[in-house]
Amino acid sequence: MEDTLLLDAIERYRNGEMSPQETVFFEELRKNNPEIDQLAAEHTFFLGELEKMSELKAYRHQLDQVENKLTNEGVISRREARGKAKIVYLWSKYRRIIAVAASIAGIVSIATAMLVSSYSVSKKTDVITPLVDTKLNQFAHKLTLIEKQLNVTSAQVHNQSRSTFEANFRATGFLIDGSGYIITNAHVVSNARNIVVENRKGEQFFASALYADKTADLAILKIYDTAFKKVTGIPYTFPRTSPVLAERIFTLGYPREEVVYGEGYLSSESGYSGDTTSYQISISANPGNSGGPVVNKNGDIIGIISSKETNADGVVFAITTKSIYNMLKQCSNDSISLPTVNLLKGLDRVHQVERLEDFVYMVKGN
Amino acid sequence: MSIHEKEKALLEGLAANETGAIETIYRENYATIHAFIVKNNGYPEDARDIFQEAMIVLFENAKSGSFELSCQIKTYLYSVCRRLWLKKLHQQNRYYPAFELFDETVPVEDEIGAHEKMNEDFNLMEAAMLKIGEPCKSILDAYYIQKKTMPEIARMFGYTNADNAKTQKYKCLLRLKKIFFTQYKNGE
Repeated sequence: MEDTLLLDAIERYRNGEMSPQETVFFEELRKNNPEIDQLAAEHTFFLGELEKMSELKAYRHQLDQVENKLTNEGVISRREARGKAKIVYLWSKYRRIIAVAASIAGIVSIATAMLVSSYSVSKKTDVITPLVDTKLNQFAHKLTLIEKQLNVTSAQVHNQSRSTFEANFRATGFLIDGSGYIITNAHVVSNARNIVVENRKGEQFFASALYADKTADLAILKIYDTAFKKVTGIPYTFPRTSPVLAERIFTLGYPREEVVYGEGYLSSESGYSGDTTSYQISISANPGNSGGPVVNKNGDIIGIISSKETNADGVVFAITTKSIYNMLKQCSNDSISLPTVNLLKGLDRVHQVERLEDFVYMVKGN
Repeated sequence: MSIHEKEKALLEGLAANETGAIETIYRENYATIHAFIVKNNGYPEDARDIFQEAMIVLFENAKSGSFELSCQIKTYLYSVCRRLWLKKLHQQNRYYPAFELFDETVPVEDEIGAHEKMNEDFNLMEAAMLKIGEPCKSILDAYYIQKKTMPEIARMFGYTNADNAKTQKYKCLLRLKKIFFTQYKNGE
C-alpha cells in the first residue's frame, strides 16, 4: 500500500498535478530520504520510457495512416506497380547478360527437367501427404450444424436453407481479393464437384475453382454466391522477399470445424527433396490445414501450407508466395489485385490473429 | 517564407504530432528515397520500411528540442536512409553496392546509434508488456498509451470505482517495472 501511495505521488509530481504545499513537502521528503529519492528517480525514468513508447506507437500509427492515404492517392505507388518498375529497371541494366545466360540456361534446364521430372513426381506422391481432411465425420459435422442452428442469429437463419449440403472433404483457404477470390491448394479442389466456403461466423457461400495449377499445387476459387458481399480491409500483404531461416511463423486453419491456431518456425529454405517452390516449416498440421496461410511476425503472408512428410513428425511443407505471383501471371486475370496495405505490422500476436480470422475460410465440398 | 523557415515549421509540426507535416515530408521526399533503395538492390517494400525508420529518427530529434538542422530535411533524410540501408544490406549479406561519390550527405552516425538504443528500449518495454498478462496489460495500455482517464478505465474493466482501478493500475505498474528493469539490467 505504501508503495502505491508513493508511486501515485511521484506520478502526480511529474505531471505537475500537486498543489504548491504538496510539492514543497514532497521535495523535502526526497531530500531527507535517500531511499525515496532513489525510488523516485528510478520511477521517473521508467515513466519516461513508458511515455516514449506510447508516443512512438502513436507516431507509427500516424505514419501508417499517411502512407495508406498517399498509397491510395498514388503518390506512393502500389507495391505491385513498383515491382514492375524495378523489373524494367533491372532489365535495361542487365539485358545483354540476361540474354546470353537465358539461352544457355534454357537449353540446360529443359534437358535436365526432362530427365528428372518423371522420376521425382512419382517419388513425391509416395512420401508426402496432402493435408486435406477427406475422412470427414458426417456425424460430427451434423452436430455442429445443429448447434449452429440453435443459436438464432440472422446469419444462421441464412444457413438453414442450405443445410442439405453434405461435404466429404475439408481444408483451408484465404482471401486474396476482397471481391471474393480465395487461394487454396489445387489438390484440395481437384476432384470436387461442389465447393462451399465458410467463414468464421458460419456463413456459407458457393464457390467455383477459377484456376488450378497442379504443378504449383495452387488454386484460386471465386465466390459466385449472391449472398457474398465484397469485403474490404484485407490486413495482410504478400512480400516477394525470401523468408528467413528460423523465422517465427503462425497459421490459422480448419483441421476441425472450428478455426485452429498453430505456431512454429521456418526450418528449411527448400521443400521436399530440394524443391525450391516450397519450403519446410515446423508446425503441427493435420488434415484440414491444407491451404492455410503461413504468416510471419510482421503479418506478411510468406506461404501456403500444402503437405507434410508422411513418416516424420512436424515436417510440413509450404508453397512460396513467389509461386502465387507466378500463378497470377499465368492466369492473367486482371480483376484480381492482391492487397497492398499491411495492417498487422506492429500488433501483438493476439490482435494479429483477431484481425486475420475474418479472412481465413473453411473450404469444403463433395 | 524562406526555405529555412519553412523547414523549421515542418519540424515543429512534426514534434507537435501534426499529420499535415508528416504528409508534406512524405510528399517531398519519398520518391527520392524510393529511387535510391530500388536502385541499390532493394525492393519497394524496403523503401517503405527504411523511410518510416528515418521518419522516426527525424521525429525523435524534432521532439528533443535541442535539434538544429544544419542542412535541409531532404539531405538529412537521405543521409539517414542511406546509412540505414547500408547497414541492412550488410546484415543480410546482400550484394554491396558502390555508391556514387557525388552524393551529398551529412554525418548521422550518432543519431542512428541513439535511435537503435531507443528501439531496443522500445522492444524491451513491449516484451515486458506482453509478459505481465491480462488484465494488467490492457489496463496499463488504456492508461499510459490510449490516455484514458481513471473513471473510464474503471467502467471498462468493471471496477466499482476509480480508486479501486487506480490501486490495480499501480500494482500492475510495479510488476511491469520489475520485469522491465530485470531485462534492462541484463541487457547492459
